[in-house]
Amino acid sequence: MTAPHTRVGRPRPTGNNFELYSWYFFRISGLLLIFLAVTHLVIMHVVNNVSQIDFNFVAHRWGSPFWRSFDWLLLILALLHGFNGARLSVDDYIRNRGWRMFAHSVIWSALIIFIVLGTIAIVTFNPASFSNATASAGR
Amino acid sequence: MVSRGASEATHRPGFVSSYGGYRAPQGMLSWALHRISGLGVLAFLLLHIVDIFLVGYGPGPFNNLLFLYRNPIFRIGEIVLVGAVYYHAANGVRIILIDFWPAAYKIERQLYYIAMAVFIIGFAATAAVMIADMF
Repeated sequence: MTAPHTRVGRPRPTGNNFELYSWYFFRISGLLLIFLAVTHLVIMHVVNNVSQIDFNFVAHRWGSPFWRSFDWLLLILALLHGFNGARLSVDDYIRNRGWRMFAHSVIWSALIIFIVLGTIAIVTFNPASFSNATASAGR
Repeated sequence: MVSRGASEATHRPGFVSSYGGYRAPQGMLSWALHRISGLGVLAFLLLHIVDIFLVGYGPGPFNNLLFLYRNPIFRIGEIVLVGAVYYHAANGVRIILIDFWPAAYKIERQLYYIAMAVFIIGFAATAAVMIADMF
């Protein structure tokens, strides 16, 4: 019988502050995302479902600053956590220097673009600017 | 005992049929599913940001896109999405426990079975409600 491993999984990185912070961030954001993402899923897919969700549903929900903040925190943590996973996948599979640099550029660009898109959607949304629709919705 | 799977598959001389085929070790399976579920949820997140961006263009453009999510194929995909998130969450807690609790490697296999039990119970309950909502 071989000696047992004294640890399993990905070791805590040393000697590189960015990788160490990324390692901690991955785990801490993961714990927060369990609460945020599961709450979001239960509200959107169990309590309600996709046949009930439309423009007026979103307008009603984002009438509350609490849910806008909740959704924005979920957006940011999910993007950072998800693209960090994509970055580690790139490091695992893409060995060629040029392609790896290209893939990292795509990941960082996409991260910034989707943070901006999502933030614009959540922060600037104003249902009153579509008054015809909200008047007929009666909510 | 540490690495089960191919290495421990019994090869008794003269009994070819005793080889049960390659079974992925539990650690490899959990790792692969964790990565696939994570990248899958990230892909959906990007689509979801595009759809919610359209809400800023008013009820017309946004509601017109929603036929996509109400399509039966997408509603099955929605259940797969919930499964991927739940698996990633349950297995992620196991990874964090192993990372911050040094002695956990001794019960690493049991932790995986506990995580899978939590995942299967949570997913079955959620999927049951979602399937019932479809009819």
